[in-house]
Amino acid sequence: MDVDGLIACPACDALHYVVDVPNNAQASCHRCEEVLFAPKPDAMTRVVMLAATALILMITAVFFPFLDLSAGGFEQRSSVLDAITAFSDGLLLPLSFAVAALIVILPALRLIAILYAIGPMMIGYAPARHATAAFRFAQVLRPWSMAEIFIVGVAVALVKVGGLATVAIGPAFWAFVALVVVTTLNDTVMCRLTIWKTLEDRSRY
Amino acid sequence: MTARRAGLVACTTCCKVHHPGEATCLRCGSPLHSRDPAGLQNVWAWWIAGLIMYIPANIYPMLRTASLGHETQNTIIGGVFELIAYNSYGVALIVFIASVIIPVGKFVAIAFLALSINRASILSARARLHLYEVVEFIGRWSMLDVFVVAILSALVQFEFVANVHPGIAAVSFALSVAFTMLSAQSFDPRLIWDTDEADPT
Ligand SMILES: [Zn+2]
Ligand SMILES: [Zn+2]
Repeated sequence: MDVDGLIACPACDALHYVVDVPNNAQASCHRCEEVLFAPKPDAMTRVVMLAATALILMITAVFFPFLDLSAGGFEQRSSVLDAITAFSDGLLLPLSFAVAALIVILPALRLIAILYAIGPMMIGYAPARHATAAFRFAQVLRPWSMAEIFIVGVAVALVKVGGLATVAIGPAFWAFVALVVVTTLNDTVMCRLTIWKTLEDRSRY
Repeated sequence: MTARRAGLVACTTCCKVHHPGEATCLRCGSPLHSRDPAGLQNVWAWWIAGLIMYIPANIYPMLRTASLGHETQNTIIGGVFELIAYNSYGVALIVFIASVIIPVGKFVAIAFLALSINRASILSARARLHLYEVVEFIGRWSMLDVFVVAILSALVQFEFVANVHPGIAAVSFALSVAFTMLSAQSFDPRLIWDTDEADPT
């Protein structure tokens, strides 16, 4: 049996023949309705652009002041870095690392992995060495990148301190909001199966 | 027709189909299993670890607030009641959903899915797959309360006036969420469909 012309649904194992799916159309599994193919025009360029934008926003978001809090003559300016190091006393230190990983390190690594896997194919033709490993890594990291949850967390925290202090929102907050929008866009543009097939085709020159 | 019934092995990362005997995917390098024999065991191991961590997360304080020399401690539920006391019903509801409804619902849903394997189930395979996708999509959002605690601790540092510190429950709650995410990820949704393998598709 020729297995190259077949794909199997990752959710239910149903076999399908590979067909050409036009841009902006979708092909779903006939058994479980999982979307298998959802190619978009110029997807590669858009994914790379969006990932690069998200990475720049991420750097802005980490180092610029995030929120500015004042109460009773005191003023407290905090960046994302401060939120990360808030747990740094004693027993809670591991939590500091976890928060840093979930809101900054893993999302940043995921963006870098996407850029590394797809960037060279956008500029030239052949993918970089270990591009498949990088793209697989990006796929594993996806559930652990929690920047969007962090933003909702900020909103909840603001309500909680609302009665206690006056809060001004800093530039980093908007950078983070933009980051979430750009990342979501990136995930909708990126059709994983198309990228896997392109990576495979272009690896054997 | 499924890959397993055709005597083939499929990659769940990139959908490529292989002849049996291949250990890693030729396209993406992921480990290949027709069905991972240790999968269900891992689901239960992470599930139990998550449940054990969820207990101290609810008993111990999540947040310690010191205001003018007087300290108050808040558990997860205490934080929700405090928000209600401030008349922030919407936010109270969000926190309640993220820290109570989602974690508890997730434990129930994963256990239900794992137990329904190889048995007749009250839900159709398609409904169970949807349930699994909802668990995967929503489970991460439980981390919300941990981030709220981190942000508050960073923001509210005004010497004697007001001071917020994280409590030990923040650690166990974060671990509980991570463990249940791993439990859900260990579950192979293809197992749901194996029971009605007899159907002619
Ligand atoms: Zn399917
Ligand atoms: Zn693969």
